[in-house]
Amino acid sequence: MTPDSRQSLVSLSGVAKTYGSGTLALEGVSTEIARGSFVSLVGPSGCGKSTLLRIIAGLIEPSAGKISWPLNGGARPADIGFVFQDATLMPWARVFENVYLPLKLKGVSRKDAEARVGEALQRVGLSDFAAAYPRELSGGMKMRVSIARALVTEPPVLLMDEPFAALDEFTREKLDDDLLELWRGQNWTVIFVTHSVYESVYLSERVLVMGARPGRVLQDIHIDAPFPRGRAFRESTGYVARCAEVSAALREGAEA
Amino acid sequence: MEDSRAYRIFLPLAVGIAFLLLWEGLVRHYAVPEFVLPAPSRIAQSLVDNFGSLMGSLMVTLKVTILAFLLAVVGGVGLAIVFSQSRAIEGALFPYAVILQVTPVVSIAPLILIWVGFDRVELALLIIAWIVAFFPILSNTTLGLRSADHNLRDLFRLYGASRWQVLSELLLPSALPYMLGGMKISGGLALIGAVVAEFVAGSGASTGLAWRIIEAGNRLDIPKMFAALLLLSALGITIFFALSWLEHTLLKRWHESALRREA
Repeated sequence: MTPDSRQSLVSLSGVAKTYGSGTLALEGVSTEIARGSFVSLVGPSGCGKSTLLRIIAGLIEPSAGKISWPLNGGARPADIGFVFQDATLMPWARVFENVYLPLKLKGVSRKDAEARVGEALQRVGLSDFAAAYPRELSGGMKMRVSIARALVTEPPVLLMDEPFAALDEFTREKLDDDLLELWRGQNWTVIFVTHSVYESVYLSERVLVMGARPGRVLQDIHIDAPFPRGRAFRESTGYVARCAEVSAALREGAEA
Repeated sequence: MEDSRAYRIFLPLAVGIAFLLLWEGLVRHYAVPEFVLPAPSRIAQSLVDNFGSLMGSLMVTLKVTILAFLLAVVGGVGLAIVFSQSRAIEGALFPYAVILQVTPVVSIAPLILIWVGFDRVELALLIIAWIVAFFPILSNTTLGLRSADHNLRDLFRLYGASRWQVLSELLLPSALPYMLGGMKISGGLALIGAVVAEFVAGSGASTGLAWRIIEAGNRLDIPKMFAALLLLSALGITIFFALSWLEHTLLKRWHESALRREA
């Protein structure tokens, strides 16, 4: 399936960001992200990948260019799931309260939210930990709570900013697989920022390779391996070849 | 854990008892006159003899201290919340809060007494104690409200949280440990403020513990001075432990400061 056959969820044209200090964080990014796709932004630090994600989320205003959401009449959807690099949980609140937060802020009563929070926790395999405090959980479990919180509103798009970067390799691979399973089970779009070439190739249908100074998209690489992907894919020559392709694109950007 | 508890309670207690015994022994052995240094047993006797008047004074000081402290909490937290909502107001007012804090309270106290009038001396005491206790809560809470996690702030923005929701769900819980730290400092300062104010008011206008100390000093009743001092210390210790307990109770489940780690 080529991404073009699906409707475009978000459309970027000439999106640029200059910070107050005059640093050009991002120049002229134009791309379409199809509904239901899994897209990774990969690149070195300072390539503006997090900035781009925050612009898509509406947390940062672009200095130039336009973002539109064709499926939502052009406007940004009210529900956007966002997962930060650290779990960003409220330490004073139990897991249930943390996951309930987005619904609470939208005025959903605790009673009405209970089932949805329970379902979100079940999806990430933490049903038994609703009453725990974040400090009682491991790094991987905290990240699952963070994902459950992002999913509880059933957003059309999930934005993830290097979510597993601080985790150990085993936990990260497990969460990668869980994330793919969640993605395949629902009709979301995932935009995933990472600095790991391997992770981006494993997860994505499409990898946007970014370069630094100024931040820009260097190449748009399609990873056409079928889903579900598993250990077999991780160990296949096809996987290695695609990783090499992404790495080569990154190197090219670094030398240019 | 058993060990650490025993150490924390019994070790200082044993030191205290040894100190008192040594004090008693030395005073008796060298026959130190009572108006230079009374023996602990003599102080205890004075405490019993003057129990009625000292307890009445304790209540006066206690009332001023607690009221000043509560008003400092309400005022300090309230003003810090106003500051968190508007940088302009913070910029405009914070310097004056600092001036109020750095000006030695002893030097403003006579002025306040004159303004309020000696017929309403308790109100004057309250204002002076409040001025001393107010600032730590204001400055700590202001810092705490600013220390909320920036990603969490972004998350609240993303979900369209109202100002009130950001304040009640994010800023205040983040500021709680700072607020409690400020309260612990202010609790002691409120007592100091009350005592200083009584000293300045002097001359029988006030009937708190500090006044008993001055009165007993003027009469060279040194054991009674010590007895009043003992009650003041006990009051200060009680306030400190009460606030420590409050802090521990509110933070024990989640804040690093209250967690016990296995060694």
